[in-house]
Formats: sequence, C-alpha cells, structure tokens
Amino acid sequence: MTSYEIRLNVFEGPLDLLLYLIRKNEIDIYDIPMAVITEQYFQYLETMGALNLDIASDYLVMASTLLHIKSRMLLPVQEPAEDGEGEEDPRMELTRQLLEYEAFRKAALAMEQRPILDRDVFARTGPAPEDNGKGRETVLEVTVFQLVEAFRNILVKWEGEDGLELNRDSLSVADRIREIVNRLEEVESLTFDELLEDLRDRAQVICTFLALLELVKMRVVKAFQMEAYQTIRVCLAPGHEGSPIHS
Amino acid sequence: MKDLQSILEALLFVSDAPVTFERLRETLPEREAGDIRNALNALVEEYRSRDSGLYIAEVSGGYQIRTRESVRDWIRKFRKERPPALSRAAVETLAVIAYRQPVLKAEIEKVRGVDSSGTLKSLLERNLIRMVGRKDVPGKPILYGTTRKFLEIFHLRDLSELPTLRDWKELGE
Repeated sequence: MTSYEIRLNVFEGPLDLLLYLIRKNEIDIYDIPMAVITEQYFQYLETMGALNLDIASDYLVMASTLLHIKSRMLLPVQEPAEDGEGEEDPRMELTRQLLEYEAFRKAALAMEQRPILDRDVFARTGPAPEDNGKGRETVLEVTVFQLVEAFRNILVKWEGEDGLELNRDSLSVADRIREIVNRLEEVESLTFDELLEDLRDRAQVICTFLALLELVKMRVVKAFQMEAYQTIRVCLAPGHEGSPIHS
Repeated sequence: MKDLQSILEALLFVSDAPVTFERLRETLPEREAGDIRNALNALVEEYRSRDSGLYIAEVSGGYQIRTRESVRDWIRKFRKERPPALSRAAVETLAVIAYRQPVLKAEIEKVRGVDSSGTLKSLLERNLIRMVGRKDVPGKPILYGTTRKFLEIFHLRDLSELPTLRDWKELGE
C-alpha cells in the first residue's frame, strides 16, 4: 500500500481518491465492492495520519459515508415490492456522485487543454502594472476598519516593549485631539506612525488613537492612503482649518 | 473591401480587449453591416492562412489579435512573467460553475466533495467568477456565475462553446 504516498498531494478530495481506488482496482463503478474500497480508503487516511498531514474533514465525512453504506449492505435485502420497485442499492447515491464528479473532472481537464490566455496565447495588454501608479492622483480614503487594523499593528509592536516609565500625566482624549490638530496645522499631513512615535506607553497610544477616531468621526481630519496597503496618512479635512475644539 | 479590412485590422490592433462586432459597426457607421461582416471574416481567414505569429481569436463575443500558441515559449521568455497558475481545484470549480450557473457554493461543494471557500475567493479575486444574485430561499445564499474574463482566458466565444458534459444523468434518474 506504499503506492499511495506518492500520490498524496494529487488528490483533490475524497471523491478523487475514491475514483483513483476504483480505477486502480479495475472496479466496476456500478458494482463497488464496499469492503475492499472502504478498507483501502481507511488505509489511505492512516498513511496521511502517519505523515502528519491534516486530514481534511471532507475525508472523514466520506469515511463515515462508506461505513454507513457498508453496514447497510450487510442488512438483508428487502423483497422487491409488487411493482418491481425494490429498495435502491445503498451504493447508488455514491455511484451517482462519483460519476457526476468524474464528468466535471473531465470537463476541467478539457478546459485546461484549451489555448489559455497569458499561458499559451497572448494579447495586447494595458499598461504594465508598475506604470499604473505613476502620476496618479487618486487618494483612497481609509475606513475606520483600516485604522483599527493599523492601530492593532502598532499595539502589537508595543507588546513586550516595556515602556520606560509609566507616568499618569493628566492625559485626556481632548488633549490629544488638540495636539493632533495643532500638529496638523503646522505640517500638511502626518503618517500614522509619526502620530504615535514619541509616545511612551500604551495608555498614550490608546488615547491618541481614540482622539484620531473622534477627529475622523467629526470629519475634522481625513485619513487616506495614496494606494491600497500603503502608509495611512492623516490631514485636516478641507473646510476645517483651525482648531475645532473649544472646550 | 481591402481598405475596410485594413481599418478593421488596425482597430483590433489598438484594442487591449476583444472588440465586439457592434463596436466595429459604431466606429464605421458609414459602412454597411454586411460589408463589415464580410471584411472581418476575410481578415480572420487571411490571418489563418498567413503563416504569421498572430491570429484573430473569436472570444467573449468579440475579436482579438493574439499570438499563436506555436510562439508561446518566446513570448513567455520575453515577458519574463510566469504564466498564471490555475490549480486543479480552481479549474474544477470553474468547470462546475461554468456548466451549472447560476450555482450555489453548497452545490459546488456537493459535486466536488470538498470545501471550496478558498478556491471561490481566489476565483472571485481573479475576476473569473462573479456573484450573479441570491437564491430566494432562507438565508438568501449567493449564486455564482462566470465572467467575460473567464471566456477570454479560456478562449471561448460564449458558454455554448463548452463541450457537452458527458451524460452522467442517465443513471437511475
């Protein structure tokens, strides 16, 4: 049974494996010997286990299906009813499923052999991806979720980095809001990291982040990035020059 | 006729996507549709008979100048790009969707016998499939279908060009 190992990665799933076993044993798909197939199927799962491969739950579902069919085969067959419609062979559903899967697998093979664009045949393309960004003025607005994600990354960076000292200065969100606006009045925009760079403990980072969220919500500042996955920058929203906080 | 053929050839040359017949007609309103059709067919035929590195592919409801399969090795070398990988799982899933659309994720998984979430996600990202609607049953599950890009990539004029699925239905149904 060592021949399975070579093919381990080749199987797309339990149906693929079953088809392989059926073909290997030259079995008639309309008359599957359940004992043989079930045994070989389990041997294959064992091999997978021995190799420390995660056995996908799909394989386990099929394993129980096989056992179920096998046990039903052991039950005495009911006499066909008067109209000749006996109970259906418990293997029929599986056979149908296998034939259906096989049909699609053949269709997939045929599709793969077509002259595929960018693999076998080529056409004119638009400008190369690297040129797309050049001179582009598009600014993507950042959502709150992206901000939170960026914030999470920063907190992770802080994790384990013991702050030099914990001083419980009277640091409030309102203070941070004023500070951020003041800084943004001096420079055009700040990166997310710049906003947080000279903070010394988690409380300050969190305070600053809450202040930023508040400012975004009030539409005083705008968070944006020039391109997806780039640095998040913040700037004052147009029409909001000057400090909005008068408390 | 010959001048019309030159115009059509040039139009196909400058386009970076398959050009529909409609689009060609719009561009050439002063010409008879029948003439355009004839010139186009003649052009396709000329490319076919000419032993050049190019041919005119009829894909996704349009016409596109493409390089012949016989020169693909040099194109790949020249482009310095690895051809896009289409895994077996991806093509299998595409096949189920192409033949069964509009189709639910649960139906795809029933046919394939494996969880297909990851494959569906990557096919969606690559724009080979799209969500075509929701089925009107509890939970309103998403229905999937193939895209124009799918036809372009797999060199299909339309879905009817797919070979018929071997008839598995005859069994017990």
